[in-house]
Amino acid sequence: MGYTCIEKIIMKNLGQNHVRPNDIVTVNVDRVMIHDIFVPFVADKFEEMGFEKIWDPEKVVLIYDHLVPTSRVEDVRHFQIGDAFAAKYGIKNVHRGDGICHQLMPEADYVKPGDVVFGTDSHTTTYGSIGAFSSGVGYTEMAAILGTGQLWVKVPETIRVTIDGKLPAGVMSKDVILRLIGDLGADGANYKALEFAGSAVDSMSIASRMTIANMSVEAGAKAGLFAPDEKVAEYCGVSIEEIPDISADENAKYAKEIRYKAEELVPVVACPSSVDKIKPVTEVEGTPIDQVFIGSCTNGRLEDLEIAAKILEGKKVADYVKLIVTPASREVYRQASEAGILETLIKAGAIVTHPGCGLCCGRSGGILSEGERVVATNNRNFLGRMGPSSVEIYLSSPAVAAASAVSGRIALPAL
Amino acid sequence: MKIKGKVWVLGDDIDTDIIIPTEYLAMKSIHDMKQYAFSPLRPELAASIRPGDIIVAGKNFGCGSSREQAPEIIKSLQVGCVIAKSFARIFYRNAINNGLLLVEHDLLPELVTEGEDITVSVGEYIEHKDKRYDLSPLPTNLMEIIAAGGLVEAMKKKNSRND
Repeated sequence: MGYTCIEKIIMKNLGQNHVRPNDIVTVNVDRVMIHDIFVPFVADKFEEMGFEKIWDPEKVVLIYDHLVPTSRVEDVRHFQIGDAFAAKYGIKNVHRGDGICHQLMPEADYVKPGDVVFGTDSHTTTYGSIGAFSSGVGYTEMAAILGTGQLWVKVPETIRVTIDGKLPAGVMSKDVILRLIGDLGADGANYKALEFAGSAVDSMSIASRMTIANMSVEAGAKAGLFAPDEKVAEYCGVSIEEIPDISADENAKYAKEIRYKAEELVPVVACPSSVDKIKPVTEVEGTPIDQVFIGSCTNGRLEDLEIAAKILEGKKVADYVKLIVTPASREVYRQASEAGILETLIKAGAIVTHPGCGLCCGRSGGILSEGERVVATNNRNFLGRMGPSSVEIYLSSPAVAAASAVSGRIALPAL
Repeated sequence: MKIKGKVWVLGDDIDTDIIIPTEYLAMKSIHDMKQYAFSPLRPELAASIRPGDIIVAGKNFGCGSSREQAPEIIKSLQVGCVIAKSFARIFYRNAINNGLLLVEHDLLPELVTEGEDITVSVGEYIEHKDKRYDLSPLPTNLMEIIAAGGLVEAMKKKNSRND
């Protein structure tokens, strides 16, 4: 009997040569991430549970991103509590404004292929892009992990998604994952792992794979996994031989298998107010908009800013549209600056903001007003996510977002 | 364990941003936040819910973010239990860890009307208009956490034993 990618990671973690879906197992955690907005709750629960020390402070990463830069006086309390908690229990890996947690974790080398990682944010699934089993947990479970280094999980069934061929110009990995969420439904992968394969996936950059792994949770998935290849090895600064074999076996058992021909995929948007309400851009083309957002842990990486700059080069953002661009990390910000990407964006009329989660999670940096409409590259278009409930959020790729910023209406990128 | 209460009926995909918008997440306590529960969808709901009431919803209740304030707030409104066709997985774990009872049932959400009374006998049945619908028991590891009164209590016990 063969095993899927996630089964192999869990087997490796447990030191076992067999697991099957629905087994309840206790995994040893390789790394955890706690972000600013929940740190006071984690600290409270940890002490309430009666723990006196963290199982391995080196394995804990504290990242301030949702409240950076602060938008309210009381936000500062989260940093104070986080800093005090870190000092008291010896947490040295603290990032106070270096970027969004899910960009930083792989970028700053906190995650390796085959690792088991938990974070207090649901988009922790992002690190599946480099072959880690990573998933979101609540603050109580995080507190328990800090004390014990362990967590129980149910071995999930796996849905395999194969995308073969070459994506047409203007179609990005965001369009792939949106289409999949539309086909599966917002609960279509609930309690399950997604596993991505095929020649279109092989030719994707790590950044593109991150977008897909990141949004796997929007179909309810526990993980969104890619088997590590040479690109992953290079990204992680290791040789392929050093990466444990966690690729799925040919005779692995799947709950479902889905196939796409890359050539048949088109630019799409998730219409308000549900991530699975997917329509081809051609069906909503021409809808007037008030704002465009390019950023977030889903699509704020260098290649995302690069394609936006390519589309905006020598053009102007429509008069009445605000284009907000938020690089995913300080490093992405620096690279985009060095490559002249930011200059292109600024000349086109973009508002470039500091790396953080503010606008995506509806806290700061471009909150919308009653009845406004936004095209955004982030991961959720829930009711009230980026302003009042009457705000309409269309989720798209950076290419569609940039083209829409120029046109002032939802538009197809001309590439 | 039996819960009898009035039902509030919600739809499919009630996400965590509906249960509690991010805007209110940096408030100091669950007590401060709970008045905003479900506000994007039904601003009147938090003030209308009475202790012991039951929330009934469609599929994928609690989808979205990992914010544990979502089940904690529902618990703090003293909701007796949430019955839905299905629950999103992070929400499910968070609810169990906070001792909020969740009941998965395919049929019931189709049958009830807001304001009706129903009875839930945990792990046994739901009673609605004199009809009983069977429930399956929860896995042992989850029952252990619930029996301890949530994950904090379970860990507390464990740590006091170690001393």
